[in-house]
Amino acid sequence: MPSRIVAGLGLSHVPSVGVAYDRGKMQTPAWKPLADAYVPVREWLARLKPDVAIVVYNDHGADFMFDQYPTFALGAADRYGIADEGFGTRPLPEVRGDAEFSAHLCETLIYEHEFDLTVCQELAVEHGFLVPMNLCFEHGKDGWPVAAVPLQVNVIQHPLPTARRCYKLGQALRKSISTYPRDLRVVILGTGGMSHQLQGKRFGFMNESFDQMFLDQIEADPDRLASLTHQQIMEQAGAEAVELIMWLVMRGALSPQARRVHRHYYAPMTTGMGLITFQED
Amino acid sequence: MGLTPIADTSIFDLRASRRGYRLNRMCGSLCSPANREDFKRDEEAYMNHFSLSESEKRLIRCRDFAGMIAAGMNIYFMLKIGSVTGNSLYRMGAQMRGERYEDFLATRNFKDAV
Repeated sequence: MPSRIVAGLGLSHVPSVGVAYDRGKMQTPAWKPLADAYVPVREWLARLKPDVAIVVYNDHGADFMFDQYPTFALGAADRYGIADEGFGTRPLPEVRGDAEFSAHLCETLIYEHEFDLTVCQELAVEHGFLVPMNLCFEHGKDGWPVAAVPLQVNVIQHPLPTARRCYKLGQALRKSISTYPRDLRVVILGTGGMSHQLQGKRFGFMNESFDQMFLDQIEADPDRLASLTHQQIMEQAGAEAVELIMWLVMRGALSPQARRVHRHYYAPMTTGMGLITFQED
Repeated sequence: MGLTPIADTSIFDLRASRRGYRLNRMCGSLCSPANREDFKRDEEAYMNHFSLSESEKRLIRCRDFAGMIAAGMNIYFMLKIGSVTGNSLYRMGAQMRGERYEDFLATRNFKDAV
């Protein structure tokens, strides 16, 4: 049986969650609402028994500097180290990759679907990748319960790929996964957002009604979200909210029949932290 | 296709990135613990090593975060200089808003989630 996607998740990757996690603060009143929302999600994921997680995230100046900044970059390694983003290296085990699976994704995406990705044989993963991993999976001393494939998207230096392009990349990924001959169960995580702005006088801007609309539509009408321009997202949800285009990679990789399972929203400080999950039956 | 200005917002595009190239390059280097120690030991020498202009050096010396963004600093790279100088995201944010830190925190839904 070829590989298939069993689930997709849209979720935020706020760095303060990593700090709270490392300092054992997830059960404090400020973080408990978020921590509680993920308990059933981890149980659900454990039942689905995924082999590989494709994590769609963006670099925040850990791997890539502006001398060379790829629009889309895919990890093609057996292991990914933990990055120092400027605040020290988090005490987490390195992440197991699946280089054969990555090679298949690169070949099919580039040859058949004409997505000309940057291919990375060394990547050190950072909060954009690790916070979602922390929220979704429990790691042991030696590693994580799933292998992972990092898929990096430029959402920080305009021109960014369009929301539509991200959606199409997801659709292409679905086809690529379905032609991999090994029987892998794949989950895909679209990370980032929701509304936030981290610079200028508008620092701290959030828009819960936009975020709730996005959660509604990522389930009901993702094609409509794929028509949003960067300008529209930034005006309505803050400049850094453009990260949400990465959720469309995830949604594009799911079938129209995918069933929504969990949904949550929490906005304590400066970022609307959203969560939505879908299962393929 | 191009982006149009948004009030009180900086859009980090290629032109800003080009303008802020030296600043961002210096902040990117702070992903190494040894470099962070070098910066703390001698900021001026560190800035010279990255060929910062006099006005860029002044922004770093004054911890002028709004000025850094205007000079083409990327927010995620600014977090690295914030960390090494003891300025959290929220402290930098309060300064960019032109508010005291405590006043900024008072505008939040749950200010303990830091």
